[in-house]
Amino acid sequence: MALDLVPLWTILLALAVFHYVVFDGFDLGVGILYGLLRSENARAAAMSSVAPIWNGNATWLVFGGLGLLAAFPLAFAIIIPAVYFPILIMLLALVFRGVAFEFRFKNVELRRFWDGAFCGGSATATFAQGVVLGTFIQGFKVDGRHFAGTSFDWATPFVLLTGIALMFGYGLLGAGWLILKTEGDLQQWARRTGRVCLIAVLAAIFVVSIWTPMRNADIAERWFTWPNIGFLAPVPVITTLIAVGEWYALTRQRELTPFLGAIGLFSMSFIGIAISLWPMIVPFHYTLWQAASSESTQAFLLIGTLFLLPVILMYTAWSYWVFRGKVRSDVGYEATPG
Amino acid sequence: MTLDAVLLSRLQWVWVIAWHILLPAFTVGLASYIAVLEGLYFFTGREMWFRISGFWTKIFAVSFGMGVVSGVIMPFQFGTNWSRFTDATADVLSPMMAYEGLMAFFLESSFLGVLLFGRRLVPAWAHFFSGLMVAFGTLLSSFWILSTNSWMQTPQGHKLVDGRFVPVDWLAIVFNPSFPYRLLHNVTAFYITTAFVVMGVGAWLVRRNRAVEDSRMMVRMALNLLIFLIPLQIFLGDLHGLNTLEHQPAKLAAIEGLYDTARPMALTLFGIPDDKAATMRYPIDIPNLGSLLLTHSWAGAVKGLKEWPADERPPVALPFFAFRIMVGIGFIMLFVAIAGQILLVRGQLWESSWFLRLCPWVAPLGFIAVIAGWIVTEVGRQPWTVYGVMRTVDSVSPSLTGTDVALSLAFYIVVYLVMFPTGIAFMAGLVRRGPQPHAASDRVESGLPSGPFENAARTASDS
Repeated sequence: MALDLVPLWTILLALAVFHYVVFDGFDLGVGILYGLLRSENARAAAMSSVAPIWNGNATWLVFGGLGLLAAFPLAFAIIIPAVYFPILIMLLALVFRGVAFEFRFKNVELRRFWDGAFCGGSATATFAQGVVLGTFIQGFKVDGRHFAGTSFDWATPFVLLTGIALMFGYGLLGAGWLILKTEGDLQQWARRTGRVCLIAVLAAIFVVSIWTPMRNADIAERWFTWPNIGFLAPVPVITTLIAVGEWYALTRQRELTPFLGAIGLFSMSFIGIAISLWPMIVPFHYTLWQAASSESTQAFLLIGTLFLLPVILMYTAWSYWVFRGKVRSDVGYEATPG
Repeated sequence: MTLDAVLLSRLQWVWVIAWHILLPAFTVGLASYIAVLEGLYFFTGREMWFRISGFWTKIFAVSFGMGVVSGVIMPFQFGTNWSRFTDATADVLSPMMAYEGLMAFFLESSFLGVLLFGRRLVPAWAHFFSGLMVAFGTLLSSFWILSTNSWMQTPQGHKLVDGRFVPVDWLAIVFNPSFPYRLLHNVTAFYITTAFVVMGVGAWLVRRNRAVEDSRMMVRMALNLLIFLIPLQIFLGDLHGLNTLEHQPAKLAAIEGLYDTARPMALTLFGIPDDKAATMRYPIDIPNLGSLLLTHSWAGAVKGLKEWPADERPPVALPFFAFRIMVGIGFIMLFVAIAGQILLVRGQLWESSWFLRLCPWVAPLGFIAVIAGWIVTEVGRQPWTVYGVMRTVDSVSPSLTGTDVALSLAFYIVVYLVMFPTGIAFMAGLVRRGPQPHAASDRVESGLPSGPFENAARTASDS
């Protein structure tokens, strides 16, 4: 077989990760914002807005994880041990948050505990994902085919920044989602909170965009030498335009645009990171091609994926369609009477 | 004292997978049971099937939800703690695990939504079909993950390149020698486990006079299934054992507690294995029975562990005792099934309060047997992760220190000790309420969020 499947798997995996970040991002974001809400009605509405779909969103994490394992196993074997504790914390936080959806309504005596689990779980999982992202950009100590650092190499100021930045980023997505799905006071509150998140996100994007090339000469050269600087200039320009548009969308009475704007900002950041690191999958040691699994492995899995993925996407789209429109008080979980 | 990252990683694996395995042990059988009930309702239209199905579907949804959250953790364990194993085997094993995720998750999650909330929205045949698809999804999941596990036990279809496994023949990999036996033995075990739970719950409800017609039917169905499945399982277990003798003789020797090659071989019923001295202390033997069972001849030879160098022998105590627990439970189950069947045929079952009282007590036996069987096969594979090729000590992530793993294990223990008891208490609450009449059974009680169908069902009923 002469067919190079690596580009296809790269695209598939990138789309899966991006899908996960946007979709689980907004429901984790709603979970973070949930902790700031005080009224019981607002909390119930916020939770109901994500209740029907969060589980489907979370499964993209499994797809992402298994996809990385199957298509680029060397990357999986090096990166995952390097983020041992962030992954652990993320998984446990997601478990807590997942069961909180159910138990909060069933277990009235412990409602405050499960409220805390929902908000705290969402925030912690998000921070941990930001840490994983930051560690990835920061790069890994590698010896041969193994991660050679310690389980705490990730704990640097840069990585803590990306962790906090992602909390604001998901907060922005969550606010966009709440604006789309709710009305009245809650919607207005989401607009105000969204603006706070937007400012923090823009500050974070700015700092990361300066800090990353400062840490790494290759990345600096890629962005700031001629003629690259000309080709790549649209990235910051478009990001700025989206940021301005997002601010107006949050201020004016737009309903869908704030959510789309947040996705836009995430796309631009995603593209920015891809440009910086390409073609590395284990920065700065192994390229996508070096870390790829055997052709036979990629082909064997591709057959099924190309068949099943569209079906899964159709089902996902359909379930969003069924739940379109504003959150109704009678949809979602209900408390067991008595 | 220094903490050993390998030992702690193994303990962590045991902790997260032992909890996780309890859920499929139950949901695989339950999904098929629900499909049968849905079929009966579709073809006969009797209300009773509807109520029983609704009752078990709610319990299914909770255990399935817990299975999903504890299952998400599993693939990441390969990366966090077993990165060298992952690097070596991923070309072979990763697509199988990915297929499990893709196929099983897709089928289960999409059709579970219809099964839970779609009764009023889809035609009756489509609802029945959803039940079948959920059951099929759980079986596909078993198929792929047991194929993966079997390849680690009896690897083939690959070549070794620089210490890494490269796939050559996918059919040979998927259908490796121990896979058919393991699959049948496990799925039958899951069905039996579920049948014992159904019988225990049914008997408990009968004794409390709740939904008596439905509960009696649960007991009757379970008994009628078990009288076939338990003898079948004993037969399949025997085949699986013979397969182990052929492909993993060291594991079999550990199971039998056999250190010295014997011809004829006595069957050791009980004893205290001593690995250091490589001898069985205080054995209770039955002469020739071992040869008879394993070689199906009066004086056939069976290899003992001393045929292997000391560093290629599995520890004996765990497989030896776990196997005796598993087989012992198998015979207790056989006794319960036969006794129940006799009472049922004679028409004395509902007056035999001793039997109805016994049923809830034996309901968890299947879970214990599944865990014991899993210990037999996994500890018996030691000291290898890929049998005969890759050692467990060479599989662990090199960057981990003992302290790292001790810390993560402590986290997993705390979280699971909150999550699993809460979930089990939640299911116990559903059991106590018993099967509900038609009108009340469309409420959301699941471990999953209300699916798209429920919303539409409400909208439809509002208008």
